[in-house]
Amino acid sequence: MLTILKLALLQSWETSFVALRALRRNKLRSGLTALGIIIGVASVVAMVAMGNGARVRIQSQVASLGQNLLTILAGASHSGGVSGGLGSASALTLGDAEAIRREVADVVAVSPEISTSAQAISNGRNWSTSIVGESPDYLVIREWKLASGSMFTERDVRAAAKVALIGSKTAHELFGPLDPVGQAVRIKNIPFAITGVLASKGAGMGGQNQDDRIIVPYTTAMKRITGDRYLRSINLQVVSSERMDAAQQQVTSLLRQRHRLAADREDDFNIFNQKEIADTVSEVTGVITLLLGAIASISLLVGGIGIMNIMLVSVTERTREIGIRIAVGAQPSAIKLQFLSNP
Amino acid sequence: MQDANTTVLVQLRDVEKTYRTGEVEVQEVRGVRLAIERGEFVAIMGASGSGKSTLMNILGCLDKPTSGEYVLDGLGVAGLDRKRLAALRNRKLGFVFQSFNLLTRTTALENVELPMLYSVPIIPRRARRQRAIGALERVGLRERVGHYSNQLSGGQQQRVAIARALVNRPELLLADEPTGNLDTRTSIEIMGLFQELNESGLTIVMVTHEVDISAYCKRVVVMRDGIVISDNRNEVRRCAQTERAALDEVEHTARLA
Repeated sequence: MLTILKLALLQSWETSFVALRALRRNKLRSGLTALGIIIGVASVVAMVAMGNGARVRIQSQVASLGQNLLTILAGASHSGGVSGGLGSASALTLGDAEAIRREVADVVAVSPEISTSAQAISNGRNWSTSIVGESPDYLVIREWKLASGSMFTERDVRAAAKVALIGSKTAHELFGPLDPVGQAVRIKNIPFAITGVLASKGAGMGGQNQDDRIIVPYTTAMKRITGDRYLRSINLQVVSSERMDAAQQQVTSLLRQRHRLAADREDDFNIFNQKEIADTVSEVTGVITLLLGAIASISLLVGGIGIMNIMLVSVTERTREIGIRIAVGAQPSAIKLQFLSNP
Repeated sequence: MQDANTTVLVQLRDVEKTYRTGEVEVQEVRGVRLAIERGEFVAIMGASGSGKSTLMNILGCLDKPTSGEYVLDGLGVAGLDRKRLAALRNRKLGFVFQSFNLLTRTTALENVELPMLYSVPIIPRRARRQRAIGALERVGLRERVGHYSNQLSGGQQQRVAIARALVNRPELLLADEPTGNLDTRTSIEIMGLFQELNESGLTIVMVTHEVDISAYCKRVVVMRDGIVISDNRNEVRRCAQTERAALDEVEHTARLA
């Protein structure tokens, strides 16, 4: 038994020696074959890596919106035959936001949102930017971090304090390299104390620059800047992604009740469920991954056919050699081994 | 042992070989009886299609007879599987072909080493090398050991092929038109080598269709349409050594004149 094993080992050693020598003699063909295999494998690896990279990037984009986010947008206004865009209707109120905070158990954070655009002046420079009113929960809801300073507080909200957070782009435009924290910025001639600078977040899902904005307490925005009693939207954070649909339903029925909508009337608000976006996105990335996988497997198949072709050519062009080897007494297994080890 | 008579090396009894090509059955060999003893030098002659090459393939264990019995060195070939046949070819048979059939892009030495790669038990590399050099020396090519096949003349290539056939010390050397691709002078040299090997005890069976060449052998078997029609000893044998000496003489005088 041992001697048979030893024999097989020696035989395969001899075969690999012959194969190595043949490789040296057919340098070009060996090189091209190796190149084909290398490129094939590399393309497969690259495809897989690209697929994974795209998926991670898209998922992080979605995650940058915030976790388990529900956004209630006021519906369109219709007055005198002119239809405003979404959020233009005067339907959402602070009472609605309070009611949601009180009555929907799955909602863990609420931030009423008012937005307008205004000229911000500071440091002898001015810059037109969007002014957004939010609650202190907003940064939690959007998973947004501060580059420096601190968020305004509930007390600032109650007092409608003249405090502001500034986006990194806006800060750059108004203050250049200086630290804006503690500085003042005037919006509609009202001086605001800057308490913090938002970390850069890049372009949002819609392509708008999220870093060009000033965030103030929503009460301040309503009372001192816009003078409006209505909200543009309400941002909600739900306790978990499983509770998203349930929370959306509860919020919908609560708001319909509060707005006294009859059963046959449409909603006068729209709810954007982040889970729906995430689901769509994951579907899209799934398709992309499938596509890349298909391309990779095709290239693998082509590579395989190439190797088969080379094997076939080397066998057919060497039938004479096989004949010679058989005539001098080569075992069939030895011939097979030779051609498998040396395509 | 099937044969008590150990001087008989090859025993063919009623050997037939039939090929099927589509619908048509072609009977290449139809009932050949032949006994070849050790030390013989046999020429198998016949026109193309006479079945001599088929018979050669059967003798070389490259093909099995459809019916009949082939006993080689006391061993019935019919019952052997492909692995056993390969081992048998390796140990007991040496082949020489019309077109030399050396491996291309391979040195003379490596070509001669080839059969030993498939030998059981394994022959160590150094011993292989020595035996291959010895065989090349025997055919007069000591100086050409490292030459590649395409750097050798036809006669030299055939000598390498003969060395390859001899290297495993076979019982039987089978040659299929060994001089078919060679000029007269080289043919005489190769036949001289065969006669030398035969004198030293090697059994040789050679297929040829040239009467001139068969005249170097001790025995001539003539085939036609798949059967043996005559089997005679050569009364007058050509001697390659004296012919070559004469040829040298003629050339020498021609050069002087």
